[in-house]
Amino acid sequence: MTEAEFEALRAFLKARSGLSLSADKRYLVESRLGSVCSRFKIESLSHLVREIRSGRSSALEKATVEAMTTNETFFFRDKAPFDLFQDVLLPKYLKERAASRRLRIWCAAASTGQEPYSLAMLLKEAAARMAGWQVEIIASDISTEVLEKAKAGFYNQFEVQRGLPARLLVKYFAQVGDQWQISPEIRSMVDFRYLNLIEDFSRLGTFDIVYCRNVLIYFDAALKADVLRRIANTMAPDGSLLLGASETILGVTDALTLDAAHRGLYTKTSGAGAPRMLASAVR
Amino acid sequence: MNHCLIVDDSRVIRKVSRQIVESLSFRVSEAENGEVGLLACQAEMPDLILLDWNMPVMDGYTFLTRLRATPEGQHPVVVFCTTENDVQYITRALNAGANEYIMKPFDKGILAAKLEGLGLLTAPTAG
Ligand SMILES: C[S@@+](CC[C@H](N)C(=O)[O-])C[C@H]1O[C@@H](n2cnc3c(N)ncnc32)[C@H](O)[C@@H]1O
Repeated sequence: MTEAEFEALRAFLKARSGLSLSADKRYLVESRLGSVCSRFKIESLSHLVREIRSGRSSALEKATVEAMTTNETFFFRDKAPFDLFQDVLLPKYLKERAASRRLRIWCAAASTGQEPYSLAMLLKEAAARMAGWQVEIIASDISTEVLEKAKAGFYNQFEVQRGLPARLLVKYFAQVGDQWQISPEIRSMVDFRYLNLIEDFSRLGTFDIVYCRNVLIYFDAALKADVLRRIANTMAPDGSLLLGASETILGVTDALTLDAAHRGLYTKTSGAGAPRMLASAVR
Repeated sequence: MNHCLIVDDSRVIRKVSRQIVESLSFRVSEAENGEVGLLACQAEMPDLILLDWNMPVMDGYTFLTRLRATPEGQHPVVVFCTTENDVQYITRALNAGANEYIMKPFDKGILAAKLEGLGLLTAPTAG
């Protein structure tokens, strides 16, 4: 692969998924796209780039984009965002949505499903307090491959041990050979959908809680700011956003404000997005 | 510094586990079966116990029920670490008072995440 071909590939990935690859990530491209080449019976990365440039194979384009995503995730990852959900957010919205009894949650980069399923299990654990409530969890990702795995709900022994308490494993999973499948009851609580964050997502409607963790780290500052602004627009006036443990919005956008009391939790900056008066009227 | 007792009849497993928990800042002692483990607990009650299931002389399940039968034995966090990976074993262990259950083979990532879940560690991840 020549320098020019690598550049073309970087530009393609950035345009298609927002992935911002620095020039020193050649090794990453080479290690991740080798399997795409063999799957599509393409001789080399140079040929792959030529094929993509020709615009002849959308299947190849899609496979290339997906192969370059990092899908690392696990149940109750970092713990704190889930403690926060259980101890702070759920009580808050149970109170503030008591009239409508509706709660809408969005996992904006759900990968293989561990994040939305962790939330679904916590909701199930709180079922006694939520009789008559209508709760929606929308879980989206750009990779259809991870979405398929998420929907099927099968995890191997390694995956069910990483972060998932054994108590919840025996309660919500069935052992199938050397795999574990999450129960139909939990699966039915999550609506998995294909969604590319660089495209418009306003049609999803309004959310009370958004988890957008460990995906914006792959975007450049301008795209990060754009996505965060559009996420803020999908949030209810008193909505909550959770980012990854290492992520910050400092200097990126002022549409959101860090909640001083809770690490990783952001709320809409008052006055931004929906007008303030409307916000208090809705509340 | 938190004290961890590893109860396992395999010297190799004890060595590997010791390296992992030491790297997570625990002080470690070892016992090769449940009976020796109970004596170790009488001498000094640990904060964390990594417990194998199948061992000669006294198995991990018996060890756990005897430990939990005493008032001081309520203190340690007990994590089974065993090749028994059937859901029935896990349920039995939890009902007998185990706090967590790890199916072998495991690595540092799994143990660290479990200990974090039990409030014995705090370490966020990235990526
Ligand atoms: C590291 S995973 C994060 C999973 C989970 N949120 C967590 O924190 O454990 C990042 C996910 O973002 C997805 N992703 C990358 N670019 C995306 C885009 N433009 N739109 C939607 N999802 C994207 C990837 O496919 C991958 O599954």
